Amino acid sequence: MDGTDIIARLQERFGAGVRVAHADHEDHTVLVDLAVLPDVLRFCRDDAALRFDMLMDLTAVDYLTYPGREAGPRFEVVYHLYSVPHNHRVRIKAGVDEDEPVVPTAVGLWPIANWLEREVWDMFGLRFAEHPDLRRLLLYEEFEGHPLRKDYPVSRRQPLIGPRN
Amino acid sequence: MGVADFFTTKLDEALGWARKYSIFQYPFVTACCGMEYMAAACSHYDVDRFGAGLPRFSPRQADVLFVVGTISHKMAPVLRRIYDQMTEPKWVVAFGVCTCTGGFYDNYATVQGIDTILPVDVYIPGCPPRPESVLDGLMKLQEKIAVGRQRY
Repeated sequence: MDGTDIIARLQERFGAGVRVAHADHEDHTVLVDLAVLPDVLRFCRDDAALRFDMLMDLTAVDYLTYPGREAGPRFEVVYHLYSVPHNHRVRIKAGVDEDEPVVPTAVGLWPIANWLEREVWDMFGLRFAEHPDLRRLLLYEEFEGHPLRKDYPVSRRQPLIGPRN
Repeated sequence: MGVADFFTTKLDEALGWARKYSIFQYPFVTACCGMEYMAAACSHYDVDRFGAGLPRFSPRQADVLFVVGTISHKMAPVLRRIYDQMTEPKWVVAFGVCTCTGGFYDNYATVQGIDTILPVDVYIPGCPPRPESVLDGLMKLQEKIAVGRQRY
């Protein structure tokens, strides 16, 4: 399916839930509401015309210091989906407020989301509801804070052993 | 008289000679420097001709700890434990800039030089160091081993 057809199919199915859609640089992207996100992902995986059976990446972006985005939600969680039978891709984004940084989990749809969501928790501090084992993946448990947030000080070091250089 | 001293110094020299030409290294490889370590250890830039050709992947059986590659704060206690498990005499080589000073990873996750957690004998800078640098460092280590100087 062409990228614009994918976007059209999602818009036809979800209507108002799809906030923004664009195809800049052939990267077909859809921004949805957090409330419809689980349905959108399930539809993407199960619909015969879309068949996005592979979750390529699950990550987040922090717009705290991004010029022009002060009014919107602080975080955006991003899903990169790929379809093996149809060989097409789409990017699904959903805005997450910093007061309620909870996102529904995608573990039931794609098992790889288990580790990808642990990485997002580790780096950004976004909780995933009903995740079976949400703990840090790359850093150690004693680490305080979430380093890829824009307000984590660049020069703070938390060594487990050795001097605090 | 000084006759007994002659024999003990000759014995020390013989021990130093034997130790420097029979290095059992523990290559603690974590990252990209491992590629250059392998290049230095294999046939073209052979380290076997220096007597250091047998890596021992157990701290109990090794005497030189080659720390090769970036060490994160999560890995640092493991590295310290490996070092503590080695028996004397032991030496440590910091291979690559990540182990010397943290390299270009000036961030929340990387140990800024393993000399903050271990005593280091030879620093081999480079990102990664060319095998000739590695061999140069190895020869400096051999000079240090020959005089029996250890840092702990």
